[in-house]
Amino acid sequence: MVQAVTSAVARVARIRQDYPQIADAIGGASLWVLFGVLLVVSVIDARQYLVTGIIVGSIIALGAIGITLIYGVLKFAHFAHGDMMMFGAYVALFALVGGGRIGPLSFGWGMIFAIFVAMAVLGVGSIAIDRVVYRPLRQRGSSSVVLAIASLGVAIVLRAIMLLWWGPDQQLYVSGIHPAREFPFDIKLKPDHIFIVATALVLMALVYLLLFRTKMGKAMRAMSDNADLARVAGIDTELVFMWTWVIGGALAAVAGILLGIQSNLKPELGFILLLPLFASAILGGLGSPQGALVGAMIVGISQEVVVGIDLPFPPFGVPGYKPAVAFGILILILLVRPRGLFGRT
Amino acid sequence: MTVLEAREVVSGYGEVEILHGVSIKVEEGEVVTIIGPNGAGKSTLMKSIFGLLPLKGGRVVFREEDVTGRPPQAMVRKGMCYVPQSDNVFSSLTIQENLEMGAFIRRDNYRARMEEVYALFPDLAARPHERAGKLSGGQRQMLALARALMLEPRVLLLDEPSASLAPNMVEHVFAKILEINRSGVAILMVEQNARHALGLSHRGYVLAMGQNRLEGSGEGLLNNDEVGKLYLGG
Repeated sequence: MVQAVTSAVARVARIRQDYPQIADAIGGASLWVLFGVLLVVSVIDARQYLVTGIIVGSIIALGAIGITLIYGVLKFAHFAHGDMMMFGAYVALFALVGGGRIGPLSFGWGMIFAIFVAMAVLGVGSIAIDRVVYRPLRQRGSSSVVLAIASLGVAIVLRAIMLLWWGPDQQLYVSGIHPAREFPFDIKLKPDHIFIVATALVLMALVYLLLFRTKMGKAMRAMSDNADLARVAGIDTELVFMWTWVIGGALAAVAGILLGIQSNLKPELGFILLLPLFASAILGGLGSPQGALVGAMIVGISQEVVVGIDLPFPPFGVPGYKPAVAFGILILILLVRPRGLFGRT
Repeated sequence: MTVLEAREVVSGYGEVEILHGVSIKVEEGEVVTIIGPNGAGKSTLMKSIFGLLPLKGGRVVFREEDVTGRPPQAMVRKGMCYVPQSDNVFSSLTIQENLEMGAFIRRDNYRARMEEVYALFPDLAARPHERAGKLSGGQRQMLALARALMLEPRVLLLDEPSASLAPNMVEHVFAKILEINRSGVAILMVEQNARHALGLSHRGYVLAMGQNRLEGSGEGLLNNDEVGKLYLGG
């Protein structure tokens, strides 16, 4: 079994080497077909899991868009992103005062206020971390590997702060039972879930407008496209870095909070999130925000649906295999199409 | 009046010294071409002047101010723009967005300037929302020039503007460069296409082994025996 897999992998690698363009096209097409089949199966057989996947996917998307922007502009893999998300969730827990409820949602206006506080704290905090950690390295001409490892250090520091301040136990924004409602096609949803997807969609629309309609957003795309030329054209690269952090940090904060609303808060959740986050960003093609969105949806849906489909062999039907699904997708992309679905060659 | 001057520039990459004291001058409104064999340090000189490489010695004086060691952003603000030889457009951005990025540091309304630049390059004006990556080699070169013109520079540094272009496009690019020059922009360029470039230059420099070898008027260098033998193919 193991031998069969390794020899198949070796064969794919050899084909990639000999016919790079054809392999790239076939790789892309087969990924689309695979995920298409999964989508069709889930629509027929696992609608509830599909919907959960969309909710999880939209949360992952907010984080993955940040990772892909940071990768594009600052050129390194930001391993602190998951912990930044969780940190944002805890900041919101800290800032959350007053109960109450907005309509059918489980939380009140205090939560909306807390979201804005967390966005601001993470936005400004990201700039501060950049000044203290990344900028000195950048000015010394450090490689992207050094920056990525430094971000791993930042991740550990953030997690330690969360553990010290809020403790290792799982926490909730609002305790109590919030019943789900019945929708057509045997789907059950909580009003909070609709809030999660709607918030994510609004933020993604704002990111789109920023990237394609504002000067700073265009400069971010320009830096991501050709950093040397951006410098030659006189673009203030430090200013672009700063805005990239603000946006990445604020999006991470909201993603973390939405995750907290959907499930719960726990310091080590951020680290566990890194795998689906990077799988999504790489699946979409690093540097492509649209790709990160599509990638996150595919990863989110695959994780839930694979676990939901009841087949007698792993990873099907066993919730513990969710991270394995994300990991499997990551390996698959790196094998058949390393540039991702929408990435540049 | 001298608008740009490099005096005894010593520079290179890391420990490797490529320029061993090169001096050049560009007068207001001139076209100046630097020619020389591969590895003579022509591109290195451009990068050193523009602040992309640190100087180990010498001075750069631009518009009567010592700008030695200033970063590219400072050069651009003062009116010097640079067009690299390759990868000189943002290929995932549209033509219009490329021009907007050229004008990034402008705080004023640059609409009027964009119209002027479009008027100079009607090919680009015809499809402002086309992605730069889809353009042909010649059109990209035009866009690279257009981008650099957005800031209304006093001096334009061009690194091999005709490199890897089809012969008829070379003609076209040089014609545009002359047109830009006539609008009052001094031009300093490095060229492989020495005969053609010298033919339209006021003055020229020959660089060899990181040092000044010869200088003179464009025509003078074209008729120079040594230049003819070494760089113009007899």
